[in-house]
Amino acid sequence: MAASQQFCTFFLGGHFFGTPVPQVQEVIQYQEMTRVPLAPEVVSGMINLRGQIVPAIDLRKRLGLPDRPPGEQPMNVVVRANEGAVSLLVDEIGDVIEVAEEMLESPPETLAGFAREVIEGVYKLPGCLLLALDTERAVDGTKLGPPPSYAPGPRENS
Amino acid sequence: MGYARRWPRREHDPKVRRRHQPLARRLQLSFPSESMDEIVKDFLIESHENLDRLDQELVKLESAPSSTDLLASVFRTIHTIKGSCGFLGFGKLERLAHAGENLLAKLRDGELALSGEITSSLLAMVDAVRRMLQAIESSGQDGDQDYAALIERMAKLQEEPASRNEAPDSSPAATESVQAGNAANAARQPDPRFGAVPGNEDLADASKIGGVLLERGQIRPEDLALALQQQEMGRKKIGEILVAQGAVHPDDVASAQRTLEARNPAAAVETIRIGVNLLDRLMNLVGELVLARNQLLQFSNRLHDASFQAVSQRMNLIATELQEEVMKTRMQPIGTVWNKLPRTVRDIALSCGKEVRLEMKGQDTELDRTIIEAIKDPLTHLVRNSIDHGIELPEQRRQAGKETAGVVKLRAFHEGGQVNIEISDDGAGLNRERILQKAVERGLVSAQQAARMSDRDIDNLIFLPGVSTAEKVSNVSGRGVGMDVVKTNMEKIGGTVDVQSMAGKGTTIRVKIPLTLAIIPALMVTSGGERFAIPQVSLLELVRLEGGEADQGMEMVHGAPVYRLRGRLLPLVYLNRQLHLAPASAPGATAGSAANIVVVQADGREFGLVVDEITDTEEIVVKPLGKQLKGLTAYSGATIMGDGRVALILDILGLAQRAGVISESRGSGLHKNGKEKAECTSAEESRANHQTVLVVECGEQGRMAIPLSLVARLEEFPNAAIEWVGPQEVMQYRGRIIPLIRLSRRLTGGDAAAGAADRVQVVVYSEGGRSVGLVVDRILDIVDETLSLEHTGRRRGVLGSTVIQKRVTDLLDVPSVVRDAIPGFVEQPTGFS
Repeated sequence: MAASQQFCTFFLGGHFFGTPVPQVQEVIQYQEMTRVPLAPEVVSGMINLRGQIVPAIDLRKRLGLPDRPPGEQPMNVVVRANEGAVSLLVDEIGDVIEVAEEMLESPPETLAGFAREVIEGVYKLPGCLLLALDTERAVDGTKLGPPPSYAPGPRENS
Repeated sequence: MGYARRWPRREHDPKVRRRHQPLARRLQLSFPSESMDEIVKDFLIESHENLDRLDQELVKLESAPSSTDLLASVFRTIHTIKGSCGFLGFGKLERLAHAGENLLAKLRDGELALSGEITSSLLAMVDAVRRMLQAIESSGQDGDQDYAALIERMAKLQEEPASRNEAPDSSPAATESVQAGNAANAARQPDPRFGAVPGNEDLADASKIGGVLLERGQIRPEDLALALQQQEMGRKKIGEILVAQGAVHPDDVASAQRTLEARNPAAAVETIRIGVNLLDRLMNLVGELVLARNQLLQFSNRLHDASFQAVSQRMNLIATELQEEVMKTRMQPIGTVWNKLPRTVRDIALSCGKEVRLEMKGQDTELDRTIIEAIKDPLTHLVRNSIDHGIELPEQRRQAGKETAGVVKLRAFHEGGQVNIEISDDGAGLNRERILQKAVERGLVSAQQAARMSDRDIDNLIFLPGVSTAEKVSNVSGRGVGMDVVKTNMEKIGGTVDVQSMAGKGTTIRVKIPLTLAIIPALMVTSGGERFAIPQVSLLELVRLEGGEADQGMEMVHGAPVYRLRGRLLPLVYLNRQLHLAPASAPGATAGSAANIVVVQADGREFGLVVDEITDTEEIVVKPLGKQLKGLTAYSGATIMGDGRVALILDILGLAQRAGVISESRGSGLHKNGKEKAECTSAEESRANHQTVLVVECGEQGRMAIPLSLVARLEEFPNAAIEWVGPQEVMQYRGRIIPLIRLSRRLTGGDAAAGAADRVQVVVYSEGGRSVGLVVDRILDIVDETLSLEHTGRRRGVLGSTVIQKRVTDLLDVPSVVRDAIPGFVEQPTGFS
């Protein structure tokens, strides 16, 4: 049998994503988050992971997907990155699946630049495609983009 | 080097000597299995430690040249370095160490007497070795400098006529062999003095097997010396060599081995080196454990299961103990910083032509290692200042009737959860005239201010940038940049610096620093619906403006909001605007039009941070923000609150820079900075006469002031909570019944506000175990002002009038009002001074 790899899979805006199991620390329910003003837009906030403070990155924003419909609570996929644990906010969690290396293909050329950066490849599974996420790139602090630009708020009476 | 040191650091502790063993042993035994890099790394770490000790010992030796113990220890250290680097192939380093060893051998054998010059050259050698070690660290080679001049100088010193008083019988043969260049072997020649002089570094060491055998008389010193010599070449165990020589019976060796083990069973496990990151990780894990423990305890309280409760109780105790112990692993004695000072003192004193003695007390005082790191440089600077500025030249000291040698004293001790460090000298004291002159010259204080300043204020001017007391600029100090940096650095870690000086008697600098940076007190505020923590260190005071005051109090200067705080203009920074948060609370929210100003200071500048709400002060555990967010200067970290949610810790300095309150380049802000500071000082001075009073509104009486010292609590109750006991209004308060006094009715006889509102505001006054509630119409403010009392006609319950916040306010005589209303309430002083 050819080399195979285990993937922790999840869904994002109808797409099927996966990240290699060894990189995943844990998967947890939605946690209340503390917003970090001035932070890059993709950083949704900070969560308290058993006493450790972990930034949560909204993968939808990172991948340029439309925002999550209001009322839907994301799940946390906590990954171990070079820069410490980071939580990835995803829509829904799938199974852990084993895929053979031979099914891997590089991402299509037509993939939009934004997503192309963080999608390592595509596995052609029977019935669907699994997009392999480059975790390290997805959470790279230098690539998270500038803080959101706010129009100066209305001035209060002073 | 990023390693924590956790062993006792006592000079003559035999344990210290034993630490030479591991590396040497590894060189002999486990070389093939271990990579060279590892060994070199260990060699570097060990050698750096040895060099630090050499610095101290050499300086100590200078004052006690006849201490054979010290000499032996110095010799041993150099010998170890020489031995290891010879093996590792650092030829230049070996030659240098060798030259030093030769010189030391002469000293040890009493053929030379220690002179200042010899000490200096040995210290120069230590420095050279240190540079070579740095070269090894960075390039793997011992550098391209061979220090021939230094080696030459040391060789010359060796030749100098020996002082014969101690070694009249040194044999020519021995001298020859020393000159031939092998001091160690020379010392190991059979010599009649062997038993008496602790000459050979290994010989009489009772912690080694040879020493034990020697002690028991089972071998002769000559045998041991010979065996040691063989060991150095053959790298075999000393016992085996001795048996092979036929000097001792194998049984004796075995029994000596047992004795040795019995003497010190823990010899092998005394200390191990642990990377600091491991300790930090451990600390984090314990933090998580404590949180889990808290949840477990809550759960066990709900469950009412006796055996589960017992287990969780035990878990609770263990977790607490574990937390304490892990905290301790990060603690280091302050001695680790001080150890470098004797050398520094010697060098500076020498370069200034002064005589200085350094005394240290409380080396064992422990501090978190991050703090140790942070105070290292400031402390060295302070000591340097004491010598350069404080201590006079020997001639001046003699004229002043003092000992020619000045004393610099260092003292460290724990007090009130803080560490106090005092640096005092017995020098001339601060030259106040000169400080003032400098400060006025630089425009830091005005001439009028200068005339009003107390001695203490003047002394503290030395912490302003640009003020130096040195007559001339030396290479050590006098450029006027030092003390303000010291102060800034200390404040950065939540410490304070204070100076006291007496003309002709000396100067003392007191530094107070927290034990740890991991847990800090902070004020919790909310802004735009988010919670933030403001470190208490940057906090000055809190101001609350209600209703109309908020509009009147805050004014605009060219579009920049300011607030008049006791006559000064305080720049205002709106936290929500800085952080792009939603503007204050939605219309109709409880905050209304009130404004909360948190007066903070950063880098010597005060400004007001406008927040929506001020919640509480709390002890928070500081945690770093993820690397993704390290670019945000507005925060210094994050913390986890009691409810498990994360709150951000504001970095006041970063925020101030962001808001443009202080300019990012320090230089351009200096001038202003100083003036501002000078004003603070005078404000502080008059604050001494201030009294903090609570300002309330009650009916026709208008504004009343109550000394805050008499106020136990401020409460708000629904009107329905008021009950009656006979004619007296009462209320249940904390499980007791307290009488209520309606202030407006009591003072004017009227009934202005009764029933008007559905809630009452109550000032609780307690004394002698009894409490009484004073019902007021509204609690207005807490102010801190100089009270100049004017008697405006005698009225019941009123001491007099004064002006508070530009409005005439009556001062309430609380005890008399209470006595009046409730006969039999205990006698009490008025509370007004």
